[in-house]
Parts: sequence; C-alpha cells; structure tokens
Amino acid sequence: MKWALAGGVVALVALPAVLSSYALTLFILIFFYGFLGQAWNIVGGYAGQLSAGHAAFVGVGGYTATMLSIELGLTPWVGMLVGGALAALLGAIIGYLGFRFGLRGFYFVLLTVAFAEICRVAVSNIDALGGPLGLYITFTGNPRQFQFQDGRVYYYIALALMLLATLIAWAIERRRFGVYLAAIREDEAAAEALGVNAFKYKMLAMVVSSFLTGVGGTFYAFYLFSLQPNTLFGIPLSVEIIIRPIVGGAGTLFGPILGSFILTPLAEISRRYLGQGGLYGAHLIAYGVLLIGVVLFLPEGAYPRLRRALARRAGATR
Amino acid sequence: MSLLTARGLAKRFGGLHAVAGLDLTVARGEMLGLIGPNGAGKTTVFNLLSGFLTPDAGDIVLDGRSIVGLAPHAICRLGLARTFQIVRPFPRMTVLENVRVGALARSPRAGEALARARDVVARVGLGTRERVPAGALTLADRKRLELARALATGPALLLLDEVMAGLNPTEIETIIQLVRAIHESGVSILLIEHNMRAVMALSQRIVVLSFGERIAEGAPADIANHPKVIEAYLGEEYVRAAPA
Repeated sequence: MKWALAGGVVALVALPAVLSSYALTLFILIFFYGFLGQAWNIVGGYAGQLSAGHAAFVGVGGYTATMLSIELGLTPWVGMLVGGALAALLGAIIGYLGFRFGLRGFYFVLLTVAFAEICRVAVSNIDALGGPLGLYITFTGNPRQFQFQDGRVYYYIALALMLLATLIAWAIERRRFGVYLAAIREDEAAAEALGVNAFKYKMLAMVVSSFLTGVGGTFYAFYLFSLQPNTLFGIPLSVEIIIRPIVGGAGTLFGPILGSFILTPLAEISRRYLGQGGLYGAHLIAYGVLLIGVVLFLPEGAYPRLRRALARRAGATR
Repeated sequence: MSLLTARGLAKRFGGLHAVAGLDLTVARGEMLGLIGPNGAGKTTVFNLLSGFLTPDAGDIVLDGRSIVGLAPHAICRLGLARTFQIVRPFPRMTVLENVRVGALARSPRAGEALARARDVVARVGLGTRERVPAGALTLADRKRLELARALATGPALLLLDEVMAGLNPTEIETIIQLVRAIHESGVSILLIEHNMRAVMALSQRIVVLSFGERIAEGAPADIANHPKVIEAYLGEEYVRAAPA
C-alpha cells in the first residue's frame, strides 16, 4: 500500500512532461476538485454533517484574496490564508448555529444552502465587490501575483493542495479527533454518553474544512482570472464539491480523490462533446444517473469496494 | 459518603409527572437495583442522572459535585457511565473500535486507548469477536458490547439499563456473572432490570419506583414481599386476595 502510494505520487509528479495542454488542464481540475472534495470530506464525510453550501467558503476565500490583491496589493500567497481564515470564521458561524441548535440531516443541509445563497445574493449586490458581474484579475504572469506563464505550475500547486488536504485527513483519521468524528457520524447520543463532546468536535471539523475550502477559493480565482458570484457562491459549485467524495466514498481517505478521477473527466468530456452540440447541461444529467447508480449499487462509494476487491486479489495471489 | 445523591428530582413531560420529587442515593461500592412497572420513570431517572435530560427541579451530586446542567459527555468524564436500554452500537465499526471510543475518554492517545479497549473487550468475553462489525453481532453480544463501551470510559458509577432484556436464561446467567465481576472490581452500579431473578441476585438494596415516586426501598428479600410493591406490579385486588 505504502509503495503503491509513493509510486502514484511520483507518477503524478513526472506526468506533466508528457501531457498535452488539454490533458494538463484536465489534471489540474481533477486535483483541484479532489482537494475541495477532501476538504468537504472532513466535515461531510468523517463527521457526517452534510454541508451543501461549501461553495460559500470558496467564494469568501476567492473574493478575500482578490480584493486584498487589487486594493492593497497584498500577494495572494498571503491573501489565501486570510481568505481561508475568513472562510473558517463563516464556517464557525454556520457550525455554531447548526450544531448549537441541534439541526441534523436535511435541516443542516438547508441551513448551509441558505448561507451560501445569502452570500451569493449579498455579493451580487455589493458594487465594491463587482456586483453581479464580479471581479476580473489582469494577467501579469508574475508568480508573486499567483500567476504563471507555465501551466505546469498550476498543476503542481493543485497537486500539492490535494496531497496536503489528504495528509490532514490522514492525520485526523489516526487520532482521537477522527475516531470521535466517526462515532458522532454513527450515533451522536451514544458518542456523547461515551464522553465525546459532539459540539466541539463538529465545530472543529467544520472550521478545518471551511479553512481549506477557503484556501481553494484563491486558487480558483487566480487560475481562472475572474470571479462571478453565481459561479463562486452558486449551488452548482457546492454540488461539484459534494458529489466527488460521495461517489468515491465519503469518510474514506481516498474516496474524494477516486471520485474526482472518475467524475472530473466525465464532466469535461460531456461538456466538450455534448456541450458543442448545444446540450449544455449534459454533464449534470450524467451526474444524476451516476449518483442514482452509486446510491443503488455502491452506497458506501467506489473506494471501499475497490479496496475490498484489491484485498481479495492480494489474498488470492498469496 | 455516598457516591451519588439525587434530591427532589422532578421531570414533567406535558401533564405527565415522569419523575416526581425522587430522592436517591448510591453508596460507594454499592450495587443498587431500580425496579418498577413499565412507565414508572426508571429510564427517565437514568436520562436525568446522565445528563440526557435536564431536571425541572432537584439536585444531583456526584462525588461531592453538582452535575445538574452538565452535558452527557462532561458527566461521563466525571465518572458516570451509562448503557442504553435499546443498545446503540456504532454499527459500521468493529467491536474493538466501538470500545476504543469509550477508552479514549481516559487515554487520549489512540495507541493506549486501543490497548485499554482490548483489555475491556476480553473482560466482557468478546475477545474472539474483536474484529467483527458491531452491526453483525447477536443481541447478547451487543449487550456485552454496550457494557464494554461504558466500562472502557473508566466509570466510578455504572448505570445499566436493562442489560438482560431479550436474552435467554443461559445468556442472562453469563451477564449476571459479568455484572458481578465488574462490581467486584470496584465499580458502583445502579441497575434497572425487569428480570426479577437477576435483580434479586445482584442487588444489595432495591428502590421501587411507581409513577415517578419511590414507593419502597430495602433489601431484596423485603422488597419481594412488600405489599406496596405487589400492588404496584399486580394491582390492589391481588394484594387483598393474597393470603397474609
């Protein structure tokens, strides 16, 4: 397992040498959505608190870093941390309201969606933030401005983000924090009876998750050079964030990554081939069909099934 | 000094007085039985003591400290652990992982907690089932698991809510042995039980609850013949009809 992992990382590091620019873009998106999925996985997967408004954190992070860069000339390398911190603050507010007042299941989903929508509408109506048209970033190619002539730099940054989030998830999983999150997900009252401060650990999970997602917002903004409230705060982005870990296996370490390797190419290919034929939302239909399939046949997600299959093969060859 | 003292404990659900001014003490090292007909308020008492419900009135003192208003997790860390009448295992975790959650309350390091959990799992006789997902256990084993998890939190006082319900006589016998062994290891126990044979065999003292009030208290032999107890369980006519 360890060697397979190390081999996989080395292969991903070496890969840009042979990739076309289209394939490079595809991998950047796979890593970036893998990163966002992993960040969501901490609160949505491990802790089982279904946030359906994670786009709000992308938006807060992206807008913060962009505004700091445009208005104050602050480098996005620092801005991304400020953006992460503000996203974490928003996460703490949403978490406090949801967890303090015991909103579970659908009610928590609605709360998170409502917050993301409030942010979207608010930002659309604030002229200083560009209103509904959003903000545009002038391309300078200056690395200090998080801009690079060579697309491969974005590739490595996205890869590093995904690996960083996975490392954090791994560290959580191994510690008391991770065990407690799993217990809360399985049965919160039973966990409380065993000394688990469910409120505290759900809050922590939410803060870590929203911080990482906020950092991702900076990458999103400076990779695309533009921010629109409908894109950065919209429900479609929240769906993109959630669907990968769910298809790959929520609450597992590699689920979000596997989910991104399955879904991102699928979305891009259907967007490229069907979108040209005028079928713009076709990838959403594909998502829908795939999600139904996952719920019916792989309720735990693809990764747990893959792991069992690999374990069986390893057992058979021994 | 008593380990747990509840004074004037009261809880109302709408117009129903589930617990009405109950006084209850558990001495250090004691095994106390709490019995009463269905709906007498026994489980409500457990929920009040363990912090899952907040009393409308009254005080609860554990080890010299009032625990009224504390959250269940805080009460657990002060040394009061409970089981649930309807067992609540974490179904997708293994037996060992389930018990580790409890053990982490005393040993924050994951490795230590695992070793501690392994000990407790062996103590309750689930050693060979360590790696079985809790959802796949039989009811008897799930009851053991429920006990093991609570025990792993290192309680001074253990609240057992009908750990024998639904088990066959052989299984009940082994659970009785287990509860006795836990008690002998120095854990005080408050026991809700419908199985009279078990409660009579285990308890040093029994408190009888009916409609949220204590109607009798005493040694098991006295309780079995107490007219108020017979009345509460079987109705007034039975007492009058019975030979004195």
